[in-house]
Amino acid sequence: MVPLIAYLIVAAGLFSLGMYAVLARRNAIAILMGVELMLNAVNINLVAFWRFSQPVTEAANGLKVGMAGQAFAAFVFVVAAAEVAVGLALVISMYRNRRTVIAEDIDSLKF
Amino acid sequence: MPNVDVVQWIAFVVLSLLVLGGGLMVVADQNLFHGALWLLVCLFGVAGLFVMLSAPFLAAVQVLVYMGAIVILIIFAIMLTQKMMGQREALNDRWPVGLVMAAMAFLLTSFVLVLASNSPLLAGATGNVTGDTILKLGNSLVDTGQYALPFELASLLLTAAMIGAIVIAREEA
Repeated sequence: MVPLIAYLIVAAGLFSLGMYAVLARRNAIAILMGVELMLNAVNINLVAFWRFSQPVTEAANGLKVGMAGQAFAAFVFVVAAAEVAVGLALVISMYRNRRTVIAEDIDSLKF
Repeated sequence: MPNVDVVQWIAFVVLSLLVLGGGLMVVADQNLFHGALWLLVCLFGVAGLFVMLSAPFLAAVQVLVYMGAIVILIIFAIMLTQKMMGQREALNDRWPVGLVMAAMAFLLTSFVLVLASNSPLLAGATGNVTGDTILKLGNSLVDTGQYALPFELASLLLTAAMIGAIVIAREEA
């Protein structure tokens, strides 16, 4: 069986890729895609920790099996969907008003 | 009869290559539309990892919600704002700082993980998951003793996000 650490390292790589996209890209939609990569890395970690702790929890609690990891991952899906819907609505609204999707040009709140 | 371990490792390596390769192309491809298509590859690899971790429901949701809905939404937004594409560099002036920070994050995390690889926390249980995890997940989401309240709050959040998105993106008459 593939050990837990292999999943964690893959997730760390995916998180770092998303972090680079958020820090370095100009386009607001590219930044949102970077956030998606980071959320997916977190989901891999949650499910991997659940998978490798679940048989232990099951033995300790008898029949009542903890599903915390999978439930958390499901809630991350919900939050990601909400985040993308609102984020893309903001991008489209900004494009309509300012004719730009470049994050640095959206600076009307800057003093 | 091939060894089960070897088959699992092969599947894991292929899926990890899909995840990390797709993620790398999302970050590296200057064409935003191609980036969105690479995001599909990456998300498919994550769905495969969910299957390997005995979370079939999450894998199905990953394909339906992430690949089916979120990426389509992103592609819509790219097409609606396409006039800006290719006019300026894709990276901002401080991209080397971002590169160093992301590389540091990955290297430090992997370093700590490898250092701690012998600890009992990371050893985990290698036993098989028993029973119907989809049934258990469904029951725990509507069980008032477990996640019924967060479940209701999640639906409230989705409603608020939907109304907010409509209000923000609507053209002012």
